[in-house]
Amino acid sequence: MINYIKKVFALLSKDLRIEFRTKDSFNSMFVFALLMIIVFNYAFDLTRKETLEIASGILWIAFTFSGILGLNRSFSYEKENSAIEGIILSPVDRSAIYLGKFLSNFLIMLLFEVVLLPFFVIFFNLKILSDLPILFLVMLLGTWGFVSVGTIFSAISVQTKMREIMLPLLLFPIAVPIIIGAVESTSYIIQEENWQLIWLWIQRLIGINVIYFTISFILFEYVIVE
Amino acid sequence: MKKASFLIFSILTFLSMLTALFFVFIYAPTEKTMGVVQKIFYFHVPSGWIAFLAFFIVFLSGVIYLMKKDKYWDIVGSSSAEVGVIFCSLVLITGPIWAKKVWGIFWTWDAKLTSAVVLWLIYISYILLRKYVIDESKRANISAVVGILGFIDVPLVYMSTRWWRTQHPQPVIGGGENSGLEPKMLLTFFICLIAFTLLFFFILYLKLSIENARKEIDYLYKSVEGKET
Repeated sequence: MINYIKKVFALLSKDLRIEFRTKDSFNSMFVFALLMIIVFNYAFDLTRKETLEIASGILWIAFTFSGILGLNRSFSYEKENSAIEGIILSPVDRSAIYLGKFLSNFLIMLLFEVVLLPFFVIFFNLKILSDLPILFLVMLLGTWGFVSVGTIFSAISVQTKMREIMLPLLLFPIAVPIIIGAVESTSYIIQEENWQLIWLWIQRLIGINVIYFTISFILFEYVIVE
Repeated sequence: MKKASFLIFSILTFLSMLTALFFVFIYAPTEKTMGVVQKIFYFHVPSGWIAFLAFFIVFLSGVIYLMKKDKYWDIVGSSSAEVGVIFCSLVLITGPIWAKKVWGIFWTWDAKLTSAVVLWLIYISYILLRKYVIDESKRANISAVVGILGFIDVPLVYMSTRWWRTQHPQPVIGGGENSGLEPKMLLTFFICLIAFTLLFFFILYLKLSIENARKEIDYLYKSVEGKET
């Protein structure tokens, strides 16, 4: 068991090290999300009340579309130098590869969201300081679910001819329940609805995450196979 | 399937479709409030059930393929997807036609319609994926995984959309068509359901025969090439 965790950690630290040296994914995700928020400002002419109603949706659109950029990258540089064969040849259980990739994608996307959040709060004039912990919980859960299916679909789409379009095409229909859960929870937090409602949606999000994470974990070994 | 039983199957399918048409247009009474356009229901709902049945077959074939690694199940899955996407498209086309006449709007994002669109997208992504995979040997594995994840997604989308939409009250639209169908309409509906199911399996069988023939031809080519070198 300890051995397994060590292997996952080795894969995770490899990916994080690559990311922190180049800051490829992070930079592109951040700039893209910022641009999206700015474009939304031009796309909609919003009153104060309307802004509060759709702010959550805009935030999660920015998160998910930028997240796709990061996910695309996660397997594509493995493919380029046939590094993926190196990983397959190593005595690592396939599920450990999934966990390593999942954790690295998850941490990078979470970091990006945390950095984007202040800009979002400033641009939309939100008062969420008191609700920060619960907002972080929702961001964590939404990102968890999104990345759990995103990792396995990224591994799939990198083996196709049209990888840039295959990943969104595969991922978004499957991620719909996660996005609904995340947007609803965030929306209720921003509009300061009662706790029961927020908690209800968080429970649903947890349930969906458990299903998707377990199934992706089990099915991953069939995707990376020689 | 031997020639005789195939012939019987095709005649049966053809007759059942004819019977369905007769029942829909002549036997079934015209609905009071909606008029003739209500008859789309007899084609719309069976197509919907078949679209789900077809994807269930994709899911099952995926699971069996991953367990047994028998290529036959991969072919069943892909054939079912290609036939099922047609029925799913029929649902999405007949639905708005009916809706516009009855509700005055083409579309609404309630649970059923959203799930139908998501199912269609999953079908499309499955088919495109099979087309674009670079390494043929991996195609079966990958398609099976997508089929399984896609199938699990549909009830999740249905449930989460329903939770979401019931929280924001929508105008109540046409809840009454299926509640207490008149006996004549019920009979017509079941006949249409049987006809469409037979049609689906008939087309699926044809598709499977084509794929088997293709596999045989490939095999023959390879064995001829082997002999020449």
